[in-house]
Amino acid sequence: MSMNISLTVNGVRYSHNVEPRLLLVYYLRDVLRLTGTHVGCDTSSCGACNIILNGKATKSCTLLAVQADNAVITTIEGLAKDGELHPLQEGFKQCHGLQCGFCTPGMIMTSVDLLQWNPDPTEMEIREALEGNFCRCTGYHNIVRAIQYGAEKMSAIKSTQKEAIV
Amino acid sequence: MSNTNGFIGKSVKRVEDKRFITGHGHYTDDIILPRQTFAIFVRSHYAHAKILDIDTAAARTMPGVIAIYTGADVAHINGVPCGWQVNFKNGDIMKEPKHPLLVADKARHVGDGVAIVIAESKEEATEAAQAVHVEYEELPCVVDAYKAVQPGAPQVHDDAPANTSFDWALGNPIEEVNAALSASAHVTTLEFVNQRMVPNAIEPRSYNSSYDPSTEKYTLYTSSQNPHLIRLLMCAFVLGIPEHKVRVVSPDVGGGFGSKIFHYAEEALLTWCSGKIGRPIKWTAERSESFVTDAHGRDHVTKAEMGFDKNGMITALRVKTFANLGAYLSTLGPCIPTWLHGTLLQGLYTTPKINVDVTGVFTNTTAVDAYRGAGRPEATYILERLVSLGAHEMNMDPAEIRFKNFIPPFNGVSEPGYVTQVALQYDSGNYEGVLKKGLEKLGYAELLKKQQEAVNSDKLIGIGFSTYIEACGVAPSAVAGALGARAGLYEVGHVRVQPTGKVSVYTGAHSHGQGHETTFAQVVADRLGISMDDVIIEHGDTESVAFGMGTYGSRSLAVGGSAIVKSIDKIIEKGKKIAAHKLEASADDIEFASGKFTVKGTDKSLGFGDVALTAYVPHIYPQDLEPGLDFSSFYDPTNFTYPFGCHIAVVEVDKDTGKVTLKRFVSIDDVGNIINPMIVDGQIHGGVVQGIGQALFEGAEYDEHGQLTNASYMNYCMPRADDVPMIETGTQITPCPHNPLGVKGAGEAGTIGSTPAVVNAVLDALWSAGHNVKDIRMPMTSERVWTAMQL
Repeated sequence: MSMNISLTVNGVRYSHNVEPRLLLVYYLRDVLRLTGTHVGCDTSSCGACNIILNGKATKSCTLLAVQADNAVITTIEGLAKDGELHPLQEGFKQCHGLQCGFCTPGMIMTSVDLLQWNPDPTEMEIREALEGNFCRCTGYHNIVRAIQYGAEKMSAIKSTQKEAIV
Repeated sequence: MSNTNGFIGKSVKRVEDKRFITGHGHYTDDIILPRQTFAIFVRSHYAHAKILDIDTAAARTMPGVIAIYTGADVAHINGVPCGWQVNFKNGDIMKEPKHPLLVADKARHVGDGVAIVIAESKEEATEAAQAVHVEYEELPCVVDAYKAVQPGAPQVHDDAPANTSFDWALGNPIEEVNAALSASAHVTTLEFVNQRMVPNAIEPRSYNSSYDPSTEKYTLYTSSQNPHLIRLLMCAFVLGIPEHKVRVVSPDVGGGFGSKIFHYAEEALLTWCSGKIGRPIKWTAERSESFVTDAHGRDHVTKAEMGFDKNGMITALRVKTFANLGAYLSTLGPCIPTWLHGTLLQGLYTTPKINVDVTGVFTNTTAVDAYRGAGRPEATYILERLVSLGAHEMNMDPAEIRFKNFIPPFNGVSEPGYVTQVALQYDSGNYEGVLKKGLEKLGYAELLKKQQEAVNSDKLIGIGFSTYIEACGVAPSAVAGALGARAGLYEVGHVRVQPTGKVSVYTGAHSHGQGHETTFAQVVADRLGISMDDVIIEHGDTESVAFGMGTYGSRSLAVGGSAIVKSIDKIIEKGKKIAAHKLEASADDIEFASGKFTVKGTDKSLGFGDVALTAYVPHIYPQDLEPGLDFSSFYDPTNFTYPFGCHIAVVEVDKDTGKVTLKRFVSIDDVGNIINPMIVDGQIHGGVVQGIGQALFEGAEYDEHGQLTNASYMNYCMPRADDVPMIETGTQITPCPHNPLGVKGAGEAGTIGSTPAVVNAVLDALWSAGHNVKDIRMPMTSERVWTAMQL
């Protein structure tokens, strides 16, 4: 038995027949071949599979693909616009916020979510927001710095935009 | 350094980052090959059990199933080999029972492979694997190394009496050490467990193996730290297939920490099966499967005694360790608790008498092998716990006792290396330097005052020290061979200058987070005086890289980088001849600097790009010179490198709950010359937090039935972002005197130094309030710390 789902991923509309037991992360990885979203555990603990689903950071290993019917999704592949890195992507590069890169997409998507509702987080607020993401390489030090960089850059962009409007 | 063109010592942003931050990394599980099939393993749920019967009939008829193989099908194939031989004290060779690709008669640990099911999809393979019926007869099991050697313990292997693979000793004769301890004014004794750790790279192990019947070639994609080594072990020792017809590729690898060095049964089995079915087969471990099949680390049961004279000078050290090897010997299993552990027990101190005795023990647990630091963290833990406890017992300052006992500074050039009591010669060191810097950064005097003020408050403050040394840059082949290595440990660096002056570098080192694509390119661009954009670093594919030994033991830059430098030197030498001919001068009169070949004392010069083009378009060219500008070199180091440093932890301990909060962590690491400070810092941060993990949070817990009870990320407690503070790093530079870059290696330092610093800090907090406690078992959970405070 398969079920039809339609959804928007990184601005592209898709429609597929999928098995009801297919996890969303495997739909993204194996059906759409968007392999930037990773699987690091089988207990929703590591956050390597985090995506933005309907505006919120979501562990894509914890949803079935059929639950994402009609959803609007952004994965790590959809974050840069017109070849320009998102300020958080830039922050991870500038601050050496990644080593092996495996947890990185999930870390970045989680921080995109954080900065949506808290554009100027303290160090502790950043650390707490990363509670659902494991990194084994960086000791989190430079991930925190990368998110601080991203936050500063995003607020700088916002204030420039405001000035432009004024 | 000659020819410095500004890349060495700069925090150049990483070249490899772009693909990772945009989701375009290329890991093994991302690969789907044409006609791909998928494998799932049937594994033992018992730690120790006879296999009475395996019934695959029902599973074979299930949808999508292509093939099922059991232990009987592969019984004729060699087992997974061990790469390091350790002998018994009496000279007998270690006990090395076969580690079969799938077990046929008996399962020896939870997770031991019993059957492989191959199907059109992962889901179909999973369903069929659940339909494979295995009849077991459960046997008594043993999981603890000390219990395993006691009379009457269950036997893991019939041909390893007393579950002993080897016993081994190193250092001064035991009688001399015993006498020195007896004559000591004070002896500090500790019995403790250095608990078993699960490496937990976030990318699970993943393999994809295929066979092309038309060319009779195999291709294995593997999440490995050393693809050439895997090819060699798999072809020559396990499957007996021709090495030149096997390509092994390790694309992007999501962390290793040692656990991806080893040749695993699944790699060989998938390759053998792909030959049978003629289609590619992919397997990626689920996390719960990783927990019971990836090699673990540490797991020592140790008794250690350190003698002191009345002034606090160390007089002797005696160590007895039972090292858990797990159910089978993993690739480097026997080497870790012996040659990478016993040899480091000199530490930074002038200890005149040392004896270490290690028994390597089989148990019904997952194999134990190198985990970041590999033997050196265990040695450092012994020394640093004893020195700090000794200082406490003798009412001395823990920094002061270290200053007293440090080996004095030596540069290894005009002053000779330091010969230890345990078989090594340190290359260069300034040990008091790192502790002095550490104390300054910490603000020690001020902190001691705060600690006194805190004694009567709710939260105690503790300050913990650890000063460590490691043996890295693994390793001089002849030395390693004499110590039991069954392979050489050189590295290969191939530099191909293209006709347009662009440079492709092929290294046998493998990056799984270390940033070689950046650091190595800095070295090449710097030496050749060209732009980093004109350099590409290739690694991880046996088809493009001639040979290599891979990345572990903090060896990549010290050994692999040195091999690249050797090739660059050959390129410059040949370039001089080409330039001399064109400039109508003698090659001896050509200087190379800043990317230009210049006739000494003139303004006549030729750029690097012009020389490259001439080498490939050799119209005006020396008669006796071959065209081309392409050199490959093997670099075999003359000694290990010896990074060292000082780590200091400051903790707060809640009197009511025992909860430990790590307030500060200061590190001063001396890793020799530094190519990219940003990357070195990053290595230290990550290593330190892994070491903190061992001290405060992590540890594999086996129950009496041999079940790993915390085999998931929900139960195995790795540090999360809000468990740790910012790491206050600093460096000192004492160049390595024996490799061309003067580098020592930075990959493991953090993990080696940090664990005892944190444990010492917690004990120091308790001591400040008068608690009479010698040891708290790691991980130091609130419960354990609270319990200790009730004494």
